[in-house]
Amino acid sequence: MRSYFGRKLAIYVFTFWVAATIDWMIPRFMPGDPIQSLLSRTQVAPEAVADLIAYYKALFGLDLPLWQQYLNFWGRLLQGDLGRSVYLSGRPVTDVIMAALPYTLALLVPAILLSWWTGNKAGAIAARRRVLDNTLLPIGYILTATPYMWLAIMLAWIFATELGIFPISGAYSYDIEPSFTLSFAIDLAWHWFLPFLSLFLVMFGGWAIGMRNMIIYELDADYSRYLASLGAPTGLIRRYAFRNAVLPQITGLALSLGVIVAGALVTEIVFSYPGIGKLLLAAVQNQDYFLLQGIFLFVIAGVLVANFLVDIAYVVVDPRTRTGLTGGTA
Amino acid sequence: MSDAQPLDYVPVAGPAGPMPASESVGRRREILYFAFRSKKVLVGIAILAVFAILALLAPIIAPGDPNEFVGPLGAPPSAEYWFGTTTFGQDVFAQFVHGLVATFVVGFLGGGIAALIGMTVGFVAGYRGGRIDEVLNVITNVVLVIPTLAVLIVVTAYLQTRGLLLEAAFIGFTSWPWAARAIRAQTFSLKSREFVDLAKISGVSSWRVVFREIAPNMSSYLFLTFILLFGSAILIAASLDFIGLGPTSGISLGLMMYNAVAWSALQLGMWWWFIPPGIGITAIVGALYVTNVGLDEIFNPRLRES
Repeated sequence: MRSYFGRKLAIYVFTFWVAATIDWMIPRFMPGDPIQSLLSRTQVAPEAVADLIAYYKALFGLDLPLWQQYLNFWGRLLQGDLGRSVYLSGRPVTDVIMAALPYTLALLVPAILLSWWTGNKAGAIAARRRVLDNTLLPIGYILTATPYMWLAIMLAWIFATELGIFPISGAYSYDIEPSFTLSFAIDLAWHWFLPFLSLFLVMFGGWAIGMRNMIIYELDADYSRYLASLGAPTGLIRRYAFRNAVLPQITGLALSLGVIVAGALVTEIVFSYPGIGKLLLAAVQNQDYFLLQGIFLFVIAGVLVANFLVDIAYVVVDPRTRTGLTGGTA
Repeated sequence: MSDAQPLDYVPVAGPAGPMPASESVGRRREILYFAFRSKKVLVGIAILAVFAILALLAPIIAPGDPNEFVGPLGAPPSAEYWFGTTTFGQDVFAQFVHGLVATFVVGFLGGGIAALIGMTVGFVAGYRGGRIDEVLNVITNVVLVIPTLAVLIVVTAYLQTRGLLLEAAFIGFTSWPWAARAIRAQTFSLKSREFVDLAKISGVSSWRVVFREIAPNMSSYLFLTFILLFGSAILIAASLDFIGLGPTSGISLGLMMYNAVAWSALQLGMWWWFIPPGIGITAIVGALYVTNVGLDEIFNPRLRES
């Protein structure tokens, strides 16, 4: 089991190294001059341009030999220094991202956990039950084919613009000061609900379909048939099938983390929810490359950590990995 | 690798395992027989066909530049402008039809490139095994855990002009890993079969064994993989466009949604601007998924509903 986690960790560390190296390489080896394109879009007084160019040259360390630039990059990265945001008047990128991170996590974590759990339950219940199956399956397929931002747009349009039940943007009302009061908490939850619901629904469809298919597959397996031939109650057989079917769903969760995070980012953009996604849009629109690359590294680090958590969950759920009978994959 | 680990996990509904398929006439006829009786396949293909025809007819039914300002500003659907116009007086229907073209191109090319890379890596890793397999496995795993969209965002953000084909290529280059893994597992299980051994004994070259003996026996699986990659490429492109990193000229369904949100169509209640592109993507991707499941049931009799 220790070697299982060891191998996983090695892969993740290696992946992060690859990602960080890509992050370092892109501004240096892409066609065009990043500093020029950086300054062409930011609005600064002409006399300040020369200063800024010098500042960025020094910051990128573009006059140093490449290997030294690379080492400096890692030195700064390990100190948590991701450069400064041009668009947010020079605030450190790490601070900016850390301020936005709680909002993104508040959307993502509950949406992932709840949709995974309820989706699996719904899929398992629907499998091999004709009436339920015939309703859940089409809904599931439509939901999972829906682009995240479009469901968000539709929810915002119906429930905020047309019905006016929920607010359309932001994480809390502008006329309320953030504080630890009940009214603020309610306001926060009110703003949180639609983006959360939108994420939840798209994911729910995928999990429900996945589980439904896995259960059908497992109910066809020899052990299920053997149990049935022994006269075991259907509930018991289904319970065994569920335990087996949950494993690929956990692997599936790990595999789709990247897509889910991307979904959260675009959902935030629709609702102007002040998380990483909104920051990302601002970074793109203002060509704020430090911010952009900082977000890139944060997203990747986050997905890697989440992957590791899923690995731990896998070991908890699948006893075989604990006794060393099989190693996990991925 | 053990049987306990379902390697070939496919996001929506994957083929459930290696299937012995012989390329005989009877088999082909059986597939056609079930294909024309599978409601899923028929519905899926019908939806795809409608949108594909619309896309093909784009130059005829909506000639000219879809981004041109032709009509009244922000008008709801009418007899003249079927889907209404944008805040700037662009014809939403024209944008939609041309956006469909972009969607199919990105899906086909992006999915195609991803399928090609996935097949190559999967075949080589599964057939060769050993060192090569280990190296390819590490590469696959690394690309697998790095979020596709994050990479695409940093890469495309530095490009001043971005084309549709480039977008498709980038998506293809980053979304192949799960396909590679699934195909590797399939190749692995097929390569120990007698007919492969027989081909090897008769001195056939490796690539011939792969393409003549192994690939045809999982052709249905490869086709289904391509369909799923097609769908996911469309969704990835839509997200990329929506962040503002789509093609810098022309129009796409994702770009339409980006414009609609950027110009407050939501707050203004201009539903005709953002509903068509979303329906287009959802219908196409949904139809691809449903076709995939229908075909899967045809190829794998075990999955057919009794």
